[in-house]
Amino acid sequence: MDLNYTDEQKAFRQEVRSWLEKHVPETPLPSFDASREGFEAHRAWERVLADGRWGMVTWPESYGGRGLDLIQWLIFEEEYYRAGAPLRVNQNGIFLLGPTLMEYGTDEQKSRFLSSMASGDEIWAQAWSEPQAGSDLASVRATAVLEGGEYVLKGHKIWSSRAVFADWAFGLFRTDPASQRHKGLSLIFFPLNAPGVRVQAIPQIDGETGFAEIFLDDVRVPAFNRLGGEGEGWNICMATAGFERGLMLRSPARFQVAARKLVELYKAHEAEVEPTVRAAVLQSWMDAEAYALSIYATASRLAAGGHIGPEASTNKIFWSEMDIAIHKAALSILGARAELLRSAPEAGDIGRWLDGYFFSLAGPIYAGSNEIQRNIIAERMLGLPRA
Amino acid sequence: MDFRFSEEQTMTADVVRELLTDVCQPADLRRLMGEGAARDEARWAKILEMGLAGALVSEDQGGLGLKAIDFVQIAEACGYAGLPEPLVENAGVALPLLAAFSGNVRAAALLERALAGEVTVTVAHPANPFVADADTAEAVLVVRDGAVHLVETGRAKIVAQPSVDPFRRLFTVEFEPSAETLIADTEEAAAPLAAALDRGALFAAAQMLGIAQRCVGLGVAYAKERQQFGKPIGSYQAVKHHLATAQVKIEFARPVLHAAAAQLEQGDLYSRARISQAKLACADAADVAARTSIQVHGAMGYSWEVDVHFFLKRGIALTNWWGGPAFHRERVAARVFARPLGPEHTFAREAENA
Repeated sequence: MDLNYTDEQKAFRQEVRSWLEKHVPETPLPSFDASREGFEAHRAWERVLADGRWGMVTWPESYGGRGLDLIQWLIFEEEYYRAGAPLRVNQNGIFLLGPTLMEYGTDEQKSRFLSSMASGDEIWAQAWSEPQAGSDLASVRATAVLEGGEYVLKGHKIWSSRAVFADWAFGLFRTDPASQRHKGLSLIFFPLNAPGVRVQAIPQIDGETGFAEIFLDDVRVPAFNRLGGEGEGWNICMATAGFERGLMLRSPARFQVAARKLVELYKAHEAEVEPTVRAAVLQSWMDAEAYALSIYATASRLAAGGHIGPEASTNKIFWSEMDIAIHKAALSILGARAELLRSAPEAGDIGRWLDGYFFSLAGPIYAGSNEIQRNIIAERMLGLPRA
Repeated sequence: MDFRFSEEQTMTADVVRELLTDVCQPADLRRLMGEGAARDEARWAKILEMGLAGALVSEDQGGLGLKAIDFVQIAEACGYAGLPEPLVENAGVALPLLAAFSGNVRAAALLERALAGEVTVTVAHPANPFVADADTAEAVLVVRDGAVHLVETGRAKIVAQPSVDPFRRLFTVEFEPSAETLIADTEEAAAPLAAALDRGALFAAAQMLGIAQRCVGLGVAYAKERQQFGKPIGSYQAVKHHLATAQVKIEFARPVLHAAAAQLEQGDLYSRARISQAKLACADAADVAARTSIQVHGAMGYSWEVDVHFFLKRGIALTNWWGGPAFHRERVAARVFARPLGPEHTFAREAENA
């Protein structure tokens, strides 16, 4: 065990830091979920990142990456959050679909989709859930029927993050109409502007439109758009979910920066708050550190050839519950001002804590609800019998 | 940067774990309790045969020259087994502390016998109001006004302070400090005593992580066997989710513990905060896991017959051993409120931020 960065890793950190200092926009970009303008501003930022080959540092150079390892990815993420750089509008693509494409895609699919993903030219949405297939994802009903080298997609997807403004979506479709449950599903990509696609925004509790419904009415896409074999969609989907829960969706730096800001907020209001808040603030810092250390341990194991397993589910539970706790602590410091909009004359330093709190409440639901994660832990880590 | 144990570290811990699996099962604990003996001499002899008494003493001084990171998984195994014998307190804390004073003739002579496994040594540290295993120890390292005295237990007044944990033997120790008993003055003693506190807290944390995993394991085993409504209770989500929640606590205490072990040698504000964080996280995991295990066992969980209570009691004891939660939270606060925070400081050390 060696918990020291190598000289090379230290130099890499400096390189990332100085690039970000030169390029990160001085004023925060408008939300990518609230308007087309905000979305395009984030796309423009993705292009800046891609031009510097910082879009996805772990990807091979041929797809716009730098071929770096997961420890270097963590260092990049630490500097990225430290710099307060914009949220990644293409996270569904670069963090989830990208690694899955890398593992299951043909060379032709990789060259078609990965570079445009890394550059931000094509921004991706997820299309997994359906009105009757939430936690029970294997009950998807949307169908894809092969006709003359094309799939004809039909169905209704929902809770699709980024779908309002994104260019493409990837989703699960039943390619074998006679199949049940996990069998007969395939993972298929479709352009969100294809004929027969209708996207309807769903307003969220924060008033923004981060997710949407997608209605597919005889949407035709080439068979080329299927990732992996026909009927293998479920297993590929679970691999994607493993990455999502396990490593890439929420990098630890996000919470370490939030914990740092929480400590700063606490210090500014220490005299006004009740003593229990101090313990909550310290716990937030400790939890963010624990999550970071855990991810370093996982990254070290993966870098040495290990695989991510059901412990990914413990990560998802931990960060989602921590995120709520961090924001709750902040709201308790803000007290009566917590409910104010930032436009209120007396808002002072309330920042974005309330928005962050709302968003944190979605954490235990998306990417597989925490109830599902606890089932996975109980059955696959602890060996308890299935229901 | 490589957050993994070496094969050697894992192998050493595996050997200890296998030995304890053979000789330290709950049935063995119950037999010892029935006999009323202080320790199982046969088991203790087997542990000593592994040469672990001098694990953390340097090779120059006749030890194995291992570091905290080499010993932390051994301490976890001791917690998992509920080991009554003082491997952790003797080898993990007392002997490296004694070795720090080996310039003193009495300390050197005692160290030699302790490394040979002939005797054990215990510590009366200001962090603990009681002294563990003073009845079986040859001598106690007692801190008085910051200085360290070496006192043969035969020359001290030892008063038993019975613990609810049938395998913890606690005492208060009274003696007359003198020039003869003194082995290190305040200045010389300060750094070794700080290191002893760090090791004591770290290895108490490690034992609590082992306790937590044992409690979850006992709960899982019972939940697979016990049937209600025609099915194993472990197939119901309410039971599954309890146990999963306890496992999440364990999964996020473990990397903190292991980082704390790796960073212990730094001996600075950062490493001390990490050790204290590990102590808090492992105590929390042990608490949640023990309560969960009792709940999953139902009425059986409240019975003397089920073994969970041994681990519950050890967890309660270790939560306050080598500093309780309030003490350790303040050591975390000292780092959080006075040093730079953020993702680039996860592995910081004082030398770089001074």
